[in-house]
Amino acid sequence: MTKMRFSSKLYLYAVYAFLYIPIFVLIVFSFNQSKSRANWTGFTFDWYIKLFQNETIMTSLMNTIIVAVAASVFSTILGTMAAIGIYNMRKTSRTILMNLTYIPVISPEIIMGVSLMLLFRYLVDRSGFEFGFVSLILAHISFDVPYVIYNVLPKLRTMNPNLVEAAMDLGCDSKMAFFKVVVPEIMPGIFSGFLMAMTYSIDDFIVSYFTAGENIETLSITIDSMTRRKVSPEINALSAIIFVVIAIVLIGKNFLQNRKLRHDRALARAAVHH
Amino acid sequence: MKASKFLAVPYIAWVLIFTIIPLSLVVFFALTDSDGNFTLDNLFQMSDYMSVLFRSIVFAIIATVICLVIAFPAAYIISRVSSMNQSSLIILIMVPMWISFLLRTYAWMTLLEPNGLINKMFSLVGLGPFDLINNAGAVILGMVYNYLPFMILPLHSVMTKIEPHTVEAAQDLGCNKINLVRKVILPLSMPGISTGIVAVFVPSVSTFVISRMLGGGTNDLIGDFIESQFLGNSYNPHLGSAMALVLMVIVLFMMSLFNQFGSEEGAV
Repeated sequence: MTKMRFSSKLYLYAVYAFLYIPIFVLIVFSFNQSKSRANWTGFTFDWYIKLFQNETIMTSLMNTIIVAVAASVFSTILGTMAAIGIYNMRKTSRTILMNLTYIPVISPEIIMGVSLMLLFRYLVDRSGFEFGFVSLILAHISFDVPYVIYNVLPKLRTMNPNLVEAAMDLGCDSKMAFFKVVVPEIMPGIFSGFLMAMTYSIDDFIVSYFTAGENIETLSITIDSMTRRKVSPEINALSAIIFVVIAIVLIGKNFLQNRKLRHDRALARAAVHH
Repeated sequence: MKASKFLAVPYIAWVLIFTIIPLSLVVFFALTDSDGNFTLDNLFQMSDYMSVLFRSIVFAIIATVICLVIAFPAAYIISRVSSMNQSSLIILIMVPMWISFLLRTYAWMTLLEPNGLINKMFSLVGLGPFDLINNAGAVILGMVYNYLPFMILPLHSVMTKIEPHTVEAAQDLGCNKINLVRKVILPLSMPGISTGIVAVFVPSVSTFVISRMLGGGTNDLIGDFIESQFLGNSYNPHLGSAMALVLMVIVLFMMSLFNQFGSEEGAV
């Protein structure tokens, strides 16, 4: 691991500048007094206050949270069960089901969106079904479940299969063995699957756009209609908040991991010395 | 645990109802008219949209190539620093990815518009204003900006496995820089390159938001047309489904070209 050369450093700076400058400009102009996005006329917090007073945005934020929580809880349960089932299947059926699981991950979101829209339209025409929370949550579960399965399955593979037998030998029935042995073993996978489902749900625009119907808006749908009106500095304020939250979560997580790494290394070194 | 394979039954039902049936509906709508009779008219009508389809593919290919050119050196440089710095640099690539792509595209809208910041900078030195937005370049820029991390991440994850010793050995044996890249780094990065190409091409070719926000209605892509058949003014789910079907074929072709099928944990 050599030290970075100057030209390499410069190149990386350029790439990161490309990635971050647009976002920083957006954030800087969230504090601009006028609606202009190029002329700086003075500092203000007004757009943040307006953002929190904007009922459309606050309602859609609520809707986003409701849909994301409902979809990720349900997909975690469905996906965990599916992963355990898939793990215990014979090779052929396992391969088929895993390939089907792959479809929502690889197909363009617009295809998922319109195909689910066609299904829901069909149900609307034939029954009392209506576009809204239910259609949104069903659509979100559909693209969330694969990520839960992808996170749980590796944990099952690395689990020692003798553990279950040992538990049964020690008097567990199969149900108890499942909840006392299997579930705790795969818990990290379940949890990261849940978090991933949650982030994908919160972030989603395209599938929601096609499956929400006219009466309900998620945050991304609201942002979309705001960008159509071109000038709305509340978006800048909203971007700034989202950026800060994401940066804190990701960088914080990385920091904790690095600290743990350093800690583990120190422990290992200490162990060698003794 | 033999009985536990039945735990997958609810999921199998789910896949059937929410993946297989909806996709079959797309095929069904593409091959029927509004009375439900079989027809190939929708697919024939696609010939009117060939220029749009062509534009979508060309834009997506250009964006993918630019991403690859930018990402390759960047991912390699990152993969050569110490592991702790590496994880920080990778997090910094991921942070913009988690911000809604609507906001990221909107950011460029504000920069590129006629009275936007970039033109203002130009006017300070007496240049412009230039037409930076509502053209092909702006749409491609939007694609590159949004999907560049999708190229850097898979490239980095294969490059970080290239041993420094391998590079040193090649240099000791007389490899110059160009040959080092061509004969060592490039072949070893191939799996990451094909993952990255698919990861950038698929969302680029199917986008409708980037083209709408940065293309200004003059550079509509296949995604814009699909959207307008389902939610826009020209409601026609049959034609829309035919377009979606064609798009799906393009995507599947691209994936088979870059061999992206089959691996169970292929995603993530």
